[in-house]
Amino acid sequence: MNTSKILVYDGSFNGFLTAVFIGFEQKLAHADIQKNSQFQKGLFAETETIFTNIEKAQRVWNGVRKKNNSAIKNIYFAFLSEQNNIEALLYHYIQKLMGGKYLGSTDFGDDAILKINQIAHKVGREKHRMEAFVRFQLTKDDVYFANIEPDFDVLPLISKHFRNRYADQQWIIYDVKRKYGIFYDLQTVEIISLDLTDIHTNSIEKSAVFTEEEYNYQDLWNNYFKSTTIKSRINTKLHVQHVPKRYWKYLSEKKEAV
Amino acid sequence: MDFNRIKEKLNILADAAKYDVSCSSSGSNRKNKNNGLGDTGTGICHTYTEDGRCVSLLKILLTNHCIFDCAYCVTRKSNDIQRAAFKIQEVVDLTINFYRRNYIEGLFLSSGIFKSADHTMERLIAVAKKLREEENFNGYIHLKSIPGASDELMYEAGLYADRLSVNIEIPTISGLKLLAPDKKHEDFIKPMQKVKDEIIRYKEERKIIKSTAKYAPAGQSTQMIVGATGESDKDIMYSATHFYKNYKMKRVYYSGYVPISTDSRLPSLGSEVPMLRENRLYQTDWLLRFYGFSVNEILDADNPNLDMDIDPKLMWALRNLNHFPVDINKAEPRMLARIPGIGMGSVHKIISARKYRSLNWEHLKKMGIALNRAKYFIICNSNDWERRDLDAPKIKGMILQSQNGKFKKQYNNQLSLFN
Repeated sequence: MNTSKILVYDGSFNGFLTAVFIGFEQKLAHADIQKNSQFQKGLFAETETIFTNIEKAQRVWNGVRKKNNSAIKNIYFAFLSEQNNIEALLYHYIQKLMGGKYLGSTDFGDDAILKINQIAHKVGREKHRMEAFVRFQLTKDDVYFANIEPDFDVLPLISKHFRNRYADQQWIIYDVKRKYGIFYDLQTVEIISLDLTDIHTNSIEKSAVFTEEEYNYQDLWNNYFKSTTIKSRINTKLHVQHVPKRYWKYLSEKKEAV
Repeated sequence: MDFNRIKEKLNILADAAKYDVSCSSSGSNRKNKNNGLGDTGTGICHTYTEDGRCVSLLKILLTNHCIFDCAYCVTRKSNDIQRAAFKIQEVVDLTINFYRRNYIEGLFLSSGIFKSADHTMERLIAVAKKLREEENFNGYIHLKSIPGASDELMYEAGLYADRLSVNIEIPTISGLKLLAPDKKHEDFIKPMQKVKDEIIRYKEERKIIKSTAKYAPAGQSTQMIVGATGESDKDIMYSATHFYKNYKMKRVYYSGYVPISTDSRLPSLGSEVPMLRENRLYQTDWLLRFYGFSVNEILDADNPNLDMDIDPKLMWALRNLNHFPVDINKAEPRMLARIPGIGMGSVHKIISARKYRSLNWEHLKKMGIALNRAKYFIICNSNDWERRDLDAPKIKGMILQSQNGKFKKQYNNQLSLFN
């Protein structure tokens, strides 16, 4: 009997869940699940290509949910971390949840469970950071536009937050690293891909895309940021810890610093 | 809009407002209405100043003209500084435009007192009302309650604001007399009392009629200046406890005094901001609010001040070694919370994890517990624990040696002064 196999899927979350389904169906003890874009052929292991099947994905999803509702969030968040071999770790995690007599998603004494929990936590933190660090710039077409470059693929997680908050303005948040974005047209949020010629960072040079007023407000915000600092309490270490440098180029208040 | 003029005003009035430390934007439950603008939630810090403080609200004064002359305050009447005032519409425009760009969670509006308390309060309310009713703005609004404002106005303020606050500033009544002779203690208390009563009344009404409007859903807060009048940590924390208990405060903030004047009643210009002390007070505040400590366990007549070199929980544990060691796998939650080096997050993790297996050092380490402090106070599923009969000064010495805290230099310097 096969105990190890490489399963190649299309990179989507449903594709991954389908792979888990296939793995369970074939009773694989270990499943090396790989995205087709990063697939590396093993020397000895057998390979199978997985075709995403919503129905099978749904069955895995519902199965886990029935067993343990809070594990669902951990699995989805950890999946979006895109970390190396996260799929194999998640496969192992789901095996544990489904196999055990107890509902073990809080069994932090177990390495795999603690690890997934920690990764999900990291993704959650990145989600929160993006809710904080998105800086919209108003285009002449009356769309509020922001570029981001998050560590993890958090766009699907932040969409609801922005939809609820900015219900009366059109906006686009575009992930430069993963080359897709979300667009709210006052009705619904849609996934879009753009042919961006420029990446709109917080550059001091003005772009013709944005309104003149936009730069006035950036200037005001920049000034406000400086005025609120208490000079006798400067603590650069703490500042950088809260606002890591890799995010600075999209923050209008850090214009001069970049 | 004349952006240059606005910029000047913003610089002056943001600069004057920065000594108000509160910047929280959580605790409210205002949701987006009719596809309008904004909502509130768990609070977001959109950026951090270079001194490391969270920026979540546009924090400004409506004006820094003031009829009072409180020695500790930058905008006091006798101080020779640039004065400015915003128009109501200017504040509204700034708030909306910053909010739409995702710079802020909302507005924190305070003011110097011009003409009278009521006149000032009215203007603050006018800004909030305009934001809510004309702009359909559902973001966070924090208004300052002006000491001495009438009950009617305080009532109205709560209808538009998420949070209201009066800064008590000086923790002792004698200190207040010394530094702010024209302000009366009662003037601070009255608006606080009114807001508290209204919050309770609205809560009761909502139990019967669910559609009752919101009244200051994020509650009240206050602030005390630390290190301006020679008060002890005990004075500060007992007074904080008083406000938490009797006025149902959501938060009390502690603000290390930043020297801003040459007044002989105050620490001189250039003296250091007591940041470490401020930190210890916040730690104590957390112990009281989340860890089940009561204030007299930490500070009393014999121990009126907190230790600077160790945190208050460790300080308590060293004075109460008879409660230790605690068995991680058996102890009640309230006792777990009292172990130095274990935070509430870890307490919850331990409680969940120990249902599945008996935990050992390795498990605890992976969960992120500060074992360098905790190890002297616990036993777990291992034969290896601290068997030596160590007394408090020994344990303290060993812990201090093993850690490399950010303030180490500071208290080391202080110690060597006495040698």
